Amino acid sequence: MLEPINISLESLNLITLFPMLVPVIGALLIILIDIIKGGLDKTLFVALSILFLFIDFNAVLSSASTFVTDGTVMGVFDMMLIDGLAILAQLIIVGASVFFLPLVISGKSFHESSTPEYFALFLFMIAGLQFMVATDSLILIFVGLETSSLAIYTLIAMHNRDKSFEAAVKYFSMGALAAGFYSFGSMVFYALTGSVEINQIASVLAANNYADIGFVLVGTAFMLAAFGFKVALVPFHTWAPDIYEGSSAAMAGFLSIVPKIALFVVIMRLFEFLIHSGVIWLEIVLYIIVVLTMTMSNMWALVQTDVKRMLAYSSISHAGFVMAAILIGTTQSNTALFLYWILFSATNLGAFGMLWMSRQKELLAGQSSDHSYEKFSGMIQTNPVAAMIMGLFMLSLAGLPPFALFWGKLYLISSAVTAGYTVLALVMALNSAIAGYYYIKLIVYMFMKEPLEQNDGTIIVGNSSLVVKSIIGFATIGTIFAIFAVSPLLEFITAFVYNSGY
Amino acid sequence: MLDNILSILIFFPAVAGIFGFMIQKDSMRAYGVSVATIEFALSLWLWFSFDSDASGMQFMEQVPLIEAFGISYIVGIDGISLFIVVLAAFFTMIGIASLSDTKNVKNMIITLLMLQMTMVGVFVALDAILFYVFWELSLVPMLYIIGAWGGPLRIYASVKFFLYTFAGSLVMLVGMLFMAYFYYQATGVWSFAILDWHRLILPENFQLWLFLAFFIGFAVKVPMFPFHTWLPYAHGQAPTIGSVILAAILLKMGTYAFIRFSLPLFPDAATFFMFPIAILAIIMIVYTAMVAYAQEDIKQVVAYSSVSHMGVIILGIFALNVEGITGSIFLMIAHGVVSGALFLLVGVIYDRRHTKQMSEFGGLASVMPRYATIFGLMLMASVGMPLTINFVGEFLSLIGFYQQSHTLTLLAGMAIIVGAIYMLSAYKKMFFGEVTNEKNKNLPDLSKRELLALIPLSVITIWLGIYPKPVLDPINNSVESVVQLMHDKSITDEAKSRIPNLVKDIVITRTSKEAQ
Repeated sequence: MLEPINISLESLNLITLFPMLVPVIGALLIILIDIIKGGLDKTLFVALSILFLFIDFNAVLSSASTFVTDGTVMGVFDMMLIDGLAILAQLIIVGASVFFLPLVISGKSFHESSTPEYFALFLFMIAGLQFMVATDSLILIFVGLETSSLAIYTLIAMHNRDKSFEAAVKYFSMGALAAGFYSFGSMVFYALTGSVEINQIASVLAANNYADIGFVLVGTAFMLAAFGFKVALVPFHTWAPDIYEGSSAAMAGFLSIVPKIALFVVIMRLFEFLIHSGVIWLEIVLYIIVVLTMTMSNMWALVQTDVKRMLAYSSISHAGFVMAAILIGTTQSNTALFLYWILFSATNLGAFGMLWMSRQKELLAGQSSDHSYEKFSGMIQTNPVAAMIMGLFMLSLAGLPPFALFWGKLYLISSAVTAGYTVLALVMALNSAIAGYYYIKLIVYMFMKEPLEQNDGTIIVGNSSLVVKSIIGFATIGTIFAIFAVSPLLEFITAFVYNSGY
Repeated sequence: MLDNILSILIFFPAVAGIFGFMIQKDSMRAYGVSVATIEFALSLWLWFSFDSDASGMQFMEQVPLIEAFGISYIVGIDGISLFIVVLAAFFTMIGIASLSDTKNVKNMIITLLMLQMTMVGVFVALDAILFYVFWELSLVPMLYIIGAWGGPLRIYASVKFFLYTFAGSLVMLVGMLFMAYFYYQATGVWSFAILDWHRLILPENFQLWLFLAFFIGFAVKVPMFPFHTWLPYAHGQAPTIGSVILAAILLKMGTYAFIRFSLPLFPDAATFFMFPIAILAIIMIVYTAMVAYAQEDIKQVVAYSSVSHMGVIILGIFALNVEGITGSIFLMIAHGVVSGALFLLVGVIYDRRHTKQMSEFGGLASVMPRYATIFGLMLMASVGMPLTINFVGEFLSLIGFYQQSHTLTLLAGMAIIVGAIYMLSAYKKMFFGEVTNEKNKNLPDLSKRELLALIPLSVITIWLGIYPKPVLDPINNSVESVVQLMHDKSITDEAKSRIPNLVKDIVITRTSKEAQ
């Protein structure tokens, strides 16, 4: 006779699921409301989504306080893993989403935001990303990855322009390829170790002393390609600029930040032990990829004529910077990764917010694309305040002190120096100098050139609304006064990263 | 009284600049002049309450910013930085006061006030990261000044200026991070405070690498010979006020940083690189002097002569003794006054004729006698005539280096003669002879506003040329402590012998007291 399965509900620790369930419930509620009464305004859905994200944020905060007292918590048949990395990543994911989502309440109305599904998908995506970071199991990571990616494809396509469809299809096919690589990689690791949990894989591999190094390398190569596609590392980056161009500026800014942090955490979990257990091949390849990503994307950014494409390449370059932190793999560098990403979020939120504010429906004469450099020329005469704010974000992205991103760069380069990666530190420094050129180029257009003839400055703020303006205001304040936030952030992040064993 | 006067000096112009956005356009110039005058008065007050006999840092303030990483807001001032701060305040004041009518005066004045904040900040910062913040931040206002108000090639010139300096200083930043890491290894605490770093003795090969990293950052700013190509463009395209501030203050950041960082942190490396750098400095003096002789444009002549004199400053610094370093600091001030004045003078004639080509002029002495007199005085000072301000600095710098190498000093001295040739020939072309160009016949002489800026500069030029003591004494005290620190810290025999020991006698008396 079969023994009845007997597991106490308490040992499942279902509370670990709570933060992810909040956005799922929110999404279902939004769909339900739409079924009951159609034709409701987007402001309702934005407000509801934000409220759910607030609850979500608080749930993550409470798991943070659990972490401080009890350390890492496992749950749901040890599928869930709530450690410091998971909490930090979730805080960034949910926190950044709270700022990015309201950008849809802009002056002009666009197709995607008038459908309630947009917000439901958005919340599903958040839940997917949260699952991705809060687990050790390759399968649950896969589920989270695909949930969020499928939602993102649709969100991009909903912008309803030719370029958006192109972008969505491109992203979808690349994403499918990456998913294929990912499942192959997981399969190899499962075949080697009989487990899909990263820490199990690590201990089994260590126990037999990496006997099947050939297969480990095959698995690593597949994983590297999969993540390379997902975070857009050179040479897997080719989709990124097109996707950014096709999506709305608000969505592009979101893509440059939120999904990436989730992926970084997964990469950190998987690659950290591989690098540290002497898989030299991975270290060398990762080194090359990091340097290529930083340098080449900077070179390509130099020749762009569209600000949004330039920012796309710049985001790739910043992702390369952060991958360097994973390559270095010390507590300081992993701390630097989160610090860098938080400060980068504040700046990029502002930069893409400004682009979103200047979104127009018809192009001017002499303007080659949606956000061409010419559109911003002479902005200091027509919109002095907007010009200064945009200039501020560019300087911050270039890493000019004392603005936000400088402190991230400082700490990251310092971690390279401390770990003995001198050449890498110099490469990072020189890349910041190269990057200076294209950020300055926009400043040159804004401050030193004459405006286009029919440009009276109204298009720069054409899509503005109180909400958009206040979000940009938040980003501005965050960028200028970042120095006062760095000290507490550093302490907080260091404690969380260190206590998770990274 | 006024314990936090340094913070006030840094942030007063910035706050005033932010308020400047509210000021009505026509009142802006008056507002700018008053703010800059208050700032100058504050800097004079600083000088007045400065204790000239003390050699260490004064008016120190310390607020931790990022404690875990050892970054603090530390400011302080000694004899080395005091006069450059006063000079910065002074030049901003007369720069704004003599500002000719340009478009967007309001933006210009706000930018200048922001620039002033960064200039003062660089010279009083005693934390490497704080120093770096102001150092980098100073690029932005200058980028805007050159790029928005400059000549036809302004955008190329401003971007080149920005990128050169930005790239150089990022290498320096890596050096700073290494320095902080070594300090962490030695003591277990992160610190970016320069005074903490001064206590750290590094092995020689570390010193060499770090010296090079810092050198790249500073050399671009000075600018030293192979890195100087941005400067002629920047000067050539910048509006008068931009050139004045650039030559008078911004270039001094590089030479000041050599004294503040390179020498006391890496005394052995400084000795090791003394001759290579001296040779670069001499190439810089001779080569740029020759280039200056070939120029058609009076502003380029002044620009190249300014680079040439920066070479003498570098030479004085790398004499590594009290005379040389004191002389080079004095020469920084002298060079600031004189080349600032020369750029103002070039601006005067440019405002009238909108050309800077020397061939367009000739015989100006009879049309504009007052202008010719002041120009002549400043030119003599620039050439280094005795009883003018430059002479004191050049003489001391060269005496200092004479103790290290006779031949090189002689070469450098020859170069000063070349300086006299190009300056005098330029003066001849512009001022003597008949008035050949019709347009020059009715040029008005200096206006009151221009005299207001130029007369104080002339007075300083002669006053400090005849009686340099009030400035030299505080500089000397602080330099002595730097040189002593270098001697104490140096580990190689070469460095011990090159860098003089100043307290030899005191050490002996102390031991004899203990013996009693």
